Formats: sequence, structure tokens, C-alpha cells
Amino acid sequence: MQDSGINVFFMGKNFLRLLEGLGVTLRISLIAVLLSLPLGILFGMFMTWKNPLAKAISRFYLEFIRIMPQLVLLFIAYFGVTRALGWNLSADVSAVIVFTLWGTAEMGDLVRGALISIPKHQYDSAAALGMNKAQTFGYVVVPQTLRRLIPLTINLTTRMIKTTSLVVLIGMTEVLKVGKQIIDANRFEYPTAALWVYGMIFLLYFLACWPISMLARKLEKRWR
Amino acid sequence: MQENVQLQVSGLKKQFGAETVLDGIDLSVHKGEVVVVLGPSGCGKSTLLRCMNGLETPTAGTIFLDGEEVTSGGKLITRLRQKIGMVFQSYDLFPHKNIMDNITLAPVKVQKRPKKEVEEQAERLLKRVGLWEKKKAYPRELSGGQKQRVAIVRALCMNPEVMLFDEITAALDPEMVREVLDVMLELAEQGMTMVIVTHEMQFARAIADRIIFLDHGHIIEDLDPESFFTNPNTQRARDFLQTFAYEKRRTNE
Amino acid sequence: MGLNFEFMQKYLPWYLDAAVLTIRIAFFGILFSLLVGAVCSMVQYYKVPVFRRIVSIYIEISRNTPLLVQLFFLYFGLPKIGVVWSAEVCAIVGLTFLGGSYMAESIRSGLESVEKSQIESAASLGMSKALTMKEVIFPQALAVSVPGICANVIFLIKETSVVSGIALADLMYVTKDLIGLYYETDEALLMLVVFYLIILLPVSVLATLLERRLRYAGFGN
Repeated sequence: MQDSGINVFFMGKNFLRLLEGLGVTLRISLIAVLLSLPLGILFGMFMTWKNPLAKAISRFYLEFIRIMPQLVLLFIAYFGVTRALGWNLSADVSAVIVFTLWGTAEMGDLVRGALISIPKHQYDSAAALGMNKAQTFGYVVVPQTLRRLIPLTINLTTRMIKTTSLVVLIGMTEVLKVGKQIIDANRFEYPTAALWVYGMIFLLYFLACWPISMLARKLEKRWR
Repeated sequence: MQENVQLQVSGLKKQFGAETVLDGIDLSVHKGEVVVVLGPSGCGKSTLLRCMNGLETPTAGTIFLDGEEVTSGGKLITRLRQKIGMVFQSYDLFPHKNIMDNITLAPVKVQKRPKKEVEEQAERLLKRVGLWEKKKAYPRELSGGQKQRVAIVRALCMNPEVMLFDEITAALDPEMVREVLDVMLELAEQGMTMVIVTHEMQFARAIADRIIFLDHGHIIEDLDPESFFTNPNTQRARDFLQTFAYEKRRTNE
Repeated sequence: MGLNFEFMQKYLPWYLDAAVLTIRIAFFGILFSLLVGAVCSMVQYYKVPVFRRIVSIYIEISRNTPLLVQLFFLYFGLPKIGVVWSAEVCAIVGLTFLGGSYMAESIRSGLESVEKSQIESAASLGMSKALTMKEVIFPQALAVSVPGICANVIFLIKETSVVSGIALADLMYVTKDLIGLYYETDEALLMLVVFYLIILLPVSVLATLLERRLRYAGFGN
């Protein structure tokens, strides 16, 4: 390979453009995670309500979001909602909405799991010490819940980053699309560019997700 | 004397990291002999038993069963283990198999004996320990004492020449200890060679032909039960026995 | 909203073909994932030297990259060094590459849940390593692994939705096509959702039933 395709990265601003493309997906994941956190906490608390209607609603929401491939949800938001409501959602707004809805469901389920994992005697002994509801929540429940929750939340972030790669399929210009443009533009000078560009994107995703996964695992081990 | 030595332990040493658990054990167990190993917790009793069955690899020294080396490692040990039955504190029946399958698994799959013959033997043994009607039950449906009796039957069904018992009543409720010990007493009467680690002093006195007292990885007493319990040679053993006497006085109040 | 039933009827065969493709890819992908997962979990469980390192590197790479990117690399990148696979083969290989690591983690956690004393008690009965795995460890591990494996199966079926990215005419591809060609968006999306529900709901219900049965039949020592 004398025309080694790796040189394609040093042509013009190709590598920089690739990184910018990755930035697009990372930004969408970041916004969606930041929105999912508070919404998910509220949804998780909502799911612990004993009210049958609240239970039915939250259950339906969770199950529907969970069983549908995220790409289907993206299609519904991008193609369906645009038409049905007459809003013209851009691809990135649809993506943020869908990933936030999904993140809220997943986060909510994590919060619910963490909340119900606190044994009843913890509430009892807090009450025995004369704490009121807010104090029990603030001093006993939240600290214990957080320890379980933080590693899981970090894991959710890596899942979010990986899943946002789908937005190329609703036509967004992100890292895969940029990669394709670079390959097309350099078709003749670098015929093997596809191997290098997609290999590089592969590596970039790994470099984005792997440290986060490692952090989650470390915290999980330390707090177990 | 040398003729009927069944289990020969020589110069056995075992270290876990920097800690020496067994420090030069020499012991011969004769055919039909019942040896009870006593000692404070952490003295290496269980490790000694586990070495005899090849579950631990000794740091130094040898163990021979009928002239074949247990400590040689490799394929030989799986064959020798068929001659050494072992019962553990935690029963360790296989939870996904019923009682009959628990018992017949190894004789059929390891010894390749006909299933029918093994089942007949299992029936005899189960009837002897009073658990024949439980043959289709799963371990979770049995009490601790019942599980432990099944575990003994499971080991016996391999037709072992030596049986090792590692504190098998330690995890049982007190009222279930008796039913398990009775099975062992019966075995002893039938002439089974046995090495027993236990904390039941009265039982030890009743069943043992010989008491071995371990302390800090050494055998410091090797006596017949009467002498050991009435007049041990070492202060260490006297102190050990004293702790049980003290407890007894307290509980009798 | 008035739905165009005539349109839906007309294009139903498209969806059926697409569903068959989705199911075929999912079936083989999951089957091979289980095989890869079983082998990898054994390597990790028995701490096989060297291979153990390779497996853990594989798992990290597989779990930290998106399937779509893996597929682009397989389908567009590899032909440049002479490895030319059809889109469907790429999809199955990609799904296996992704699923293998998820299955490996589920199976391994099952294997590691079997108490060491169970293995010792099998050894004391003269059972070999292989026999112990087959008769003692594996059946118990399976009960622990099943919920994780079921979750992976559903996850992998859902993940097949990205194969439209390498031009495979799956449910997503057909839907996008119809929207682009005829603007019957509501109908196309409705059929998309219904078809995924038809595929995924029975699997999900089956998984729940299986888990419940295992829980009630719980061995519990």
C-alpha cells in the first residue's frame, strides 16, 4: 500500500472535520444525559407511587420505550411527529427529544431500583431517631441511593453515546457522514480511505466510551 | 503393624503465603481405625483433611493411600478420590438434582457402574439412614440433618476405603446433630476407616480409637480417647479441654 | 387521522419480507453470540493464560463501540484489504461481534455464582473437571444466567434495526423507502411499530415467563 490511505487524515482539515463530526454526536448525548438526569429522578420517584393509575402509566411508558428499537423511536419523532403535528423538527432536535425520552425511562428505572433496594429497617431506624420525612430522605435515603446510582448512570452515558451513532440514519451530519464525505472526496487519491476512515471512527468511539466505562467499573467496585 | 497402614502422612507442610498452617505432620491411619482430629480453630485440622483428599496441594511432604501417592497431583488424584470419601460442613448436595440423582451421579458417571446396581445400593443406604422416602425430593426440601445424612450416603455409594468428615455437624441445629452422629457411629462399628474433625467432645470420646491433637500445625498429642480426655500430656490440651468444661458448667446452671 | 388501508395492504408483503430478514439476521447473530459468549466465558472462568487477555480486550472493544460503526467498518472498510462479505454476512458477523461480549458477561456471572464448595464436593467424588462443568457447574450457572441472556436476546433483536445502514432491506429500510416514495408516513410508521411489536412482544413475554419459572424453581440450598 504505497498510497497508504492513512495519509487521508493529513489532507486539508480531514481529521479535524472527523473530530467535529464526533463532537456532534457527543453533544447530543451530553444534552440528552443532562436532561435525562433530573427527569429520570422524577420519573423514578413517580414509579414508586402506589397509585394504580400512576403505576399503569409509568409501566406503559417504560415498557414501550424499552421494547422499541431506538431507531424506530427516532423515525417516529423525525418523520411522524413532523407530519402529524405540523412541527418541523430538525434531525438534531428529534434526536435530543428521543434520547431524552429514552434516557428518562432508563434512568427512572435505575432510580426506582435504587430506591426500593433500601431496606425498610433503614426508614424505621431513621424514624426511631426522630427524623422527619425530609430528613430521612436527605440524610439516609439519598446518600445510599447515590452510591448505587452513580456507576449505573455513568454506564447509561456510554450507552447513550453509542446509540447516538444512529442519527446518521435520519440524515444528520455527524462523524459517520463526515467520514463518508471524506472517503468520497478522496476516492481517487486514496482508494483505501474507507478502511482507514471507518477504522478511525471505530477507534474514536472506543476512546470516547472506554474511559467512561472504566470509571463506572472502578466506582462500582469501590462502593460495593 | 506396617502391613495394614491405609493412609500414610509423612512430613506434611502447608503454607498459605507467609503463614504456615501445617508444619511437619506425620501420621499413619490403620485399616478400620477411627481417628478424631481435635484442636483450637485455625490449628490446621481442616487443611490436613483437605490435603488428604488432594483439595490442597501440600508445600512439602507426602500422603500415600494403599501405597499410591495422593500428593502426586495429575490424573491419579481423580482415581484415588474414588477411594476416599469426604463429607463437608456445608453438605454441598447438588441443588439441581434430586436425592437419588445426587447419590448415583458419581458412581454411574465416574466409576461407570450399571445404574441399576448403584440404585440398589443407594436404596439400601438410604433405608439405613431413614431417608428412603425422600429419594425424589430436592435438597432444598430437606432439613440440614437430612441433607448431611444424604451427603454421607453419597460418599459411601462410591465404596470408599477411607472416609473423611470435616466438621460435618458444625452448621446443624443442635437437635439434628444426633441423627448425623448416629450414622457415623454405625459406620465405625462396621469397620470403616475414618478421619474425623469435630467439635463434639463427647462424640469424639465415644467414636475414636485415637485422638490427635493439633496446635499451630504440629501434632502435640496422639493418645487413646480415655487418656486424652482424663489425663492429656500437655498443658495446651488441658487448656483446650478446660474451655469445653467451662462452657458446660455455665450451660448447666 | 384517516389511515390509508389500501396502501397498507399493498405494501404488507414488503414488510413481511423485511421482517423475515430481520428475524434471520437476529437468529443467526444470537446463535453465534451464544457460542462466542460460551467460549469466552469459559476462557475467563478457567483463567486460560494469554487467551484470557485476548478475550478481555475483545470484550472492551465490543462493548465500547456502536454496532453501526462496526458494520460500516466491516462492510465498507474491509473490502479495501480484500475481505468482501455480503451485507447480510456483515450484519451477522457484526451482531455476533457485539453480542458475543454481552453473552460472555452474562454466562460468566452465572458460572461465578456457583459456590466453590460445590466444585470441591464434585472433586471429592472423583469427578473430572469436564464432568464437573457438565453436571454440576453448568446447570446451576444457567439458572443464574438466563435473565441476562434473555435481556441480551431482546437487545440484539433491537440492534438489528441498524442494518439498514449497510443497505439491507429490513423493516427500517422499507419504512424509509415508503416514506420517501409516497409520503404515507403515518401508515409506514404504524406498520413499522406493529411489526417490531409482533417480533419483540412474544420474546419479551416468553423471557418473563422463563425467568418467573426459574425463580420459583429456585434451587436455594
